[in-house]
Amino acid sequence: MTGDAATRLIETAGELLAHAYQMELEAQERYGYLADQMQMHNNVDLTKLFRELARVEGIHASGILEQMKDMQVPQIRPPDYKWSGGESPEVVDMGDMHYMMSPRQALLLALKAEQSAFEFFDYLLKSTDNQEIRHFAAEFAEEEQEHVELVLRELKKYPESDEPAREDMDPPTQQE
Amino acid sequence: MNIQKTATFKAGDYKSDLTPVWCPGCGDFHVLLSVTKALAELGTPPENVAVISGIGCSSRIPAYTNCYGFHGVHGRSLALGAGLKVARPDLTVMVMSGDGDGFSIGGNHFLHACRRNIDMTYIVMDNRVYGMTKGQPSPTTEPDWDSALSPGGTGLSPFHPLVIALASGANFVAREFSGDIKGSTRTIVEAVRHPGFSFVEILSPCVTFRPDEREWKNQTHAAAVEATDDPARAARRIMTDDGFNVGILYRGHRKPYETHVKDTAGDPAVLEEEFAI
Amino acid sequence: MRAPGHLKKSISFAIIGSGGAGALTAGAILLETAGKAGWYGIMNRSVGPQIRGGEAAALVRLSTHPVNCMAESFDFVIAIDWRNADRFAAEMPLAADGLAIGDSAGGDVPATIVASGVTLAQLAMKDLAGSVKGGRENMIAAGLAAKLAGLPIDSVMAVIEAKLASKGEEAINASRTCISIGAQEAERFEHSFHLDKPVPGSARRWLITGNEAIGLGAVRGGVRFAAAYPITPATEVLEWLAPALTRVGGALVQAEDELASINMAIGASFGGRASITATSGPGLALMVEALGLATASEIPIVVVDVMRGGPSTGIPTKSEQSDLNIAVYGCHGDAPHIVVAPLSVADCLFTAQWAVHLAEAMQAPAIVLSDQSLGQARALVDRPADIAFVGKRKVLESEVEATYHRYALTGSGVSPMALPGTAGGQYTADGLTHTTKGIPSSKESDHQNQLDKRRHKIESFDYGNHWADIETSNGAGTETQFTILTWGSLAGPAREAMHILAAEGIAVKLLAMRLISPFLKQSFLDALQGSQRILIVEQTHSGQFHEYLRAKCDLPGEVRHFHRAGPKLIGPAEICTRIRDWKTS
Repeated sequence: MTGDAATRLIETAGELLAHAYQMELEAQERYGYLADQMQMHNNVDLTKLFRELARVEGIHASGILEQMKDMQVPQIRPPDYKWSGGESPEVVDMGDMHYMMSPRQALLLALKAEQSAFEFFDYLLKSTDNQEIRHFAAEFAEEEQEHVELVLRELKKYPESDEPAREDMDPPTQQE
Repeated sequence: MNIQKTATFKAGDYKSDLTPVWCPGCGDFHVLLSVTKALAELGTPPENVAVISGIGCSSRIPAYTNCYGFHGVHGRSLALGAGLKVARPDLTVMVMSGDGDGFSIGGNHFLHACRRNIDMTYIVMDNRVYGMTKGQPSPTTEPDWDSALSPGGTGLSPFHPLVIALASGANFVAREFSGDIKGSTRTIVEAVRHPGFSFVEILSPCVTFRPDEREWKNQTHAAAVEATDDPARAARRIMTDDGFNVGILYRGHRKPYETHVKDTAGDPAVLEEEFAI
Repeated sequence: MRAPGHLKKSISFAIIGSGGAGALTAGAILLETAGKAGWYGIMNRSVGPQIRGGEAAALVRLSTHPVNCMAESFDFVIAIDWRNADRFAAEMPLAADGLAIGDSAGGDVPATIVASGVTLAQLAMKDLAGSVKGGRENMIAAGLAAKLAGLPIDSVMAVIEAKLASKGEEAINASRTCISIGAQEAERFEHSFHLDKPVPGSARRWLITGNEAIGLGAVRGGVRFAAAYPITPATEVLEWLAPALTRVGGALVQAEDELASINMAIGASFGGRASITATSGPGLALMVEALGLATASEIPIVVVDVMRGGPSTGIPTKSEQSDLNIAVYGCHGDAPHIVVAPLSVADCLFTAQWAVHLAEAMQAPAIVLSDQSLGQARALVDRPADIAFVGKRKVLESEVEATYHRYALTGSGVSPMALPGTAGGQYTADGLTHTTKGIPSSKESDHQNQLDKRRHKIESFDYGNHWADIETSNGAGTETQFTILTWGSLAGPAREAMHILAAEGIAVKLLAMRLISPFLKQSFLDALQGSQRILIVEQTHSGQFHEYLRAKCDLPGEVRHFHRAGPKLIGPAEICTRIRDWKTS
């Protein structure tokens, strides 16, 4: 999800903090939910990976919460968040899941998510004159860039050449 | 119309602890998310919402919500919901099922639910296949889709649920794509708020039996024209629909079903008077 | 007309006519008249397949005491015309000293009636009616019948005035004139069939059909929602409930089919309202899947089956008891539920009310097996006593702190039900086998536990004395030579047979079952203590009731079985014949 006109509507630093916090929160929730799905479908590797990603996003969220303590941060209704889609840029789309997904495939999705998050802040940085907002936008953009690096490093552990040709040999089962 | 006093609820308040057994990648995850976001926006307490379903993958949804739920038998969810809403008009009744449950075995009830116009919301998660039973064509499947039960495709024209809903008298007709969370949420909120029978078809890809439906995120597009309250205009528009227009098609003004229940409950003792000799 | 000699305890007559003659109206007027004069009675009707204008017979029995079935023979028949009357001949066997009066312009007397040896007479009812402006033949017939039966003519007039009030003065006067003419004509006949004084009954009496009584019983039991799909002969239950429910704050919805009506009722019940639907055999067949759902998800529901001739479309306008199997066994899987059967028109009220109580108490389906012979019969009855049975569901009272288990395993098997709107009680009702929390499960222990729970709650419930009516003709505790064992609507003919036999010195016990399922084996066997000769009586072709009993227990003593499909209802006389034959064999 790329930055767009919506982000230009962020008017105060407090509002930006609220968005940044919500992004981490949603990412944490989403990775947790994906971990549950993978656990339900017995994909051990991805269960572990998503739980770890959820934990890390949780740390990010706590960090931002600390920052917010001394600031004026507005209460924003869920539909009023200024991202263009229905969800924050940093969440992995559930529609991209597959029960036999490999860690590499999952990390590529995580990479996309972190890149979208970076673009959100980068766009804001480039399009606002508000100094306070710029300050925080730059900070968050840098952090997201670090997250991108993190994911890239992780990806090195799963080179493309090692990707197994995964196939479920069992037929689908009827349930009802 | 069920406008409850607005309390602060989050989408998470409407989700239960149960992890869905849906295949990862299933569009129904998005629908669940949109429904919970919509309910949070509406502010109806979870205990005042009833999610009624039939049989099928999408019909598993009630247990994944934190609302009252009824996982009924195949094809009869609209009847369950109708009885519940008439008996308990104070509740927000959401009937949710799939294209097989809703348009095949449930077809007759679909016609009459639109006609009866009881104030409730019907969301059909349309994946154009029978997923639960391993991949047979449904009434909305393309005629050339090959399957074990219909080799080479059924050769039958698929149902056009929006046309049927409009023709049968539904008061609110819309289509969404599950991947568009924002659009789906917004439409569901409006559907619930709109009085009478609201029908929303949500195209919801089946990752296991219709991997080709991943293309839907590129094929669905906002309809070129605005919603209308003129059934004739809506009818013209929908007859040329390519099946991928999303948005609200029709918002009607029919009065919702009335039960003529008198406000004061009389004493049953008066009922025997006609038999006295 | 000769003055009446021997006053009778019961007289029966038929008024028949076709093409809109109004035979059924005439019969109803006479029944009501008798009621106002203090007598009891019952009226059945028999009709041809036409919606209107067909052949119709009003079959009326008047009596000094409450009666629950047609008598063994008819005293007189008045035929406005004889067209297609063959259709009814078997249902109105005429007594040897009876009278058949017909209009010669209205076709030939049926051969069976000629052969019966009754006195045949002519009366030109059409001409007589024609002589009065706006005159109707059925009013001529009514006046004639009233006089022959010894009913006070001015009572007839009063009933006419009330009935025709909306038609205007002219119509009322024309009818009054025709009544008088008919009564006058009665003088020509040697015969009269007068009733003895009625037994002192209740000061408050009703004229009601079985179907209406079912509706009233249901509402008294607490039903406030009904879903309706019309079917013969049950439609009147629903048509009575439609306005009645709105008067007590309830609602009826007409559904598109039986699949919708049963599911609507279940949905309403899920929401906390006691709910009902009514149908006949073909409709019950469609509802069976949903009954399984209500059983598995433990949702109370009452389904009335007004039985008719089966199988398949069968004979929609005739009575039979052949839905016992589908009512008891119809669901797939093991799905214990309640099946009850009213024993008379008046008992329709009690049994329906009781069924609501049972369904609500046990959170399960209760099927009420009425039949056409009760449902569409109009009877004069003592006003039934008020009974305390009101549906009381065990409901989760308030917001819960701890986790709520909808299907918790309890001592009685009944677990509190959270109604939508109760915070903290949210659960998903499911036909899938589930844990105590209601989560779908395929585990053996969960399946076993829930099956045990649902069976236990039905089988351990205290049904009191209402499971059957047990009577002896010679006073309780004394020896009886025979037991007549039956269920549902045949209680009436069986009871009458018992009294006839008692008068002949044959002591008989009657065991008429009201609760069919669950089968209370111990109570049943206790009731048959000392019974050495048992005659099982039922209106089925295959003997469903007999087989059911044999499957459930070892019947004591010697057992004989009298069963027949409809449409000819088993009557007291036939039951007596079989007992007498058995006595001498």
